Amino acid sequence: MKFKGKDIISIRDFERDDILYILDVAKRIEQSPDQDLLKGKVMASLFFEPSTRTRLSFESAMSLLGGKTVGFAEPGVSSLKKGETLWDTIKMVDRYADVIVMRHPVEGAARIASEAAHIPVINGGDGSNQHPTQTLLDLYTILKTKGTLDNLNVGILGDLKYGRTVHSLCIALSHFNTKFNFIAPEALAMPKDYLNDLGEKGLSYREESDLMKVSNELDILYVTRIQKERFPDPMEYKKYAGFYRIDKKILNHVKKDMKIMHPLPRVDEIHPELDSTDHALYFEQAANGIPVRQALLSLVLGRIE
Amino acid sequence: MKELKISAIKEGAVIDHLSPENAFKVVEILNLKERDNPVMVGINFSSEKIGKKGIIKIGNSFPTKEEIDKIALIAPEANLNIIKDYSVISKEKVKIPDVLEIIMKCANPKCITNVENYKTKFYVLEKVPLKMRCHYCERIMESSDIELV
Repeated sequence: MKFKGKDIISIRDFERDDILYILDVAKRIEQSPDQDLLKGKVMASLFFEPSTRTRLSFESAMSLLGGKTVGFAEPGVSSLKKGETLWDTIKMVDRYADVIVMRHPVEGAARIASEAAHIPVINGGDGSNQHPTQTLLDLYTILKTKGTLDNLNVGILGDLKYGRTVHSLCIALSHFNTKFNFIAPEALAMPKDYLNDLGEKGLSYREESDLMKVSNELDILYVTRIQKERFPDPMEYKKYAGFYRIDKKILNHVKKDMKIMHPLPRVDEIHPELDSTDHALYFEQAANGIPVRQALLSLVLGRIE
Repeated sequence: MKELKISAIKEGAVIDHLSPENAFKVVEILNLKERDNPVMVGINFSSEKIGKKGIIKIGNSFPTKEEIDKIALIAPEANLNIIKDYSVISKEKVKIPDVLEIIMKCANPKCITNVENYKTKFYVLEKVPLKMRCHYCERIMESSDIELV
């Protein structure tokens, strides 16, 4: 795949080799960063929905490689408030920057933006649809800790119905012969479409609501928050908030080298007492956002072929 | 009712082998009532293949690609005959294309195409039973989700 000028919208747009190539570039940048790699380049950071990690790590990634950022961190300051369409906003920003990084609450917004813009658009999350850079940093984290992405036994826990992170992760891992364990209350189970896709690829998966039933088999436990903002009904949210609380008790039922990941922010699903154990990988995971986003920016801006 | 004849048309299209209920749906989706050109609609003609069939003849007009795609979605059983100078110059079963553009709404109310009113695009993943993915929000849709525009 030629990355120069390419939009990064959905993990579905990438094959196994593309993913491995991005992760390899991330590794190279992390090992020997070039502070001038993106000198003279401007990133428009358009956050129509609040974000901490994604926005800060993109801006930091740009800055560490010598690039500059313009943009906004919430829609209140943009012309959207005056009723401007997304298409028009992007058409304008297209002239001001070399690359757009965008988060938007509406599903499909990133794809529309990529059609409006001539410059590359990187999706930093569009509603409950896609968040491809999170997925790539998740894969980078797994690769770094396990040395491989192939044939791992992965547990994905929490809100599997609304969680875009787990949907993208599921699609990406399906290139690597993963054994999936989906751990969620029935009402928040992985949508059938994703399960059907796995079935069609000949991959095995297990659905379980009790973590303890699968915990001792896992290489990775990927925990997600029950996301209040995605629930159409607040009563429904209350039913499931706090459904999983993972603490030290689980450590008697897991492999020694099992790692716990979480896209963060967490609420109460992982007890802080786990933070200091060798199992906790979530802060390192967040840190890996920098080299992965540096790799993506360098590739789409054509500074790395 | 085989003896009931509908007069031949000189130029236009004949949509045949429709199930009788789909004949009315096709009248609706092609907006045939509002048009000026002559249209004949027949139902309950006997058919060896489907028992009772519907047929629509549209004079002096040929369906556009978008209209043919709409017919294929609503009435995949239909045959489309193109008539020129009283002769059938092409006769084929309508086919659902691999990509559907513009002709229907996305069923996901949170899709950008609904929120900001953009043209839609769907990839047909499976034709029977129909399964499509929205190019924008990536949601899967089935035939029960179809709302034509």
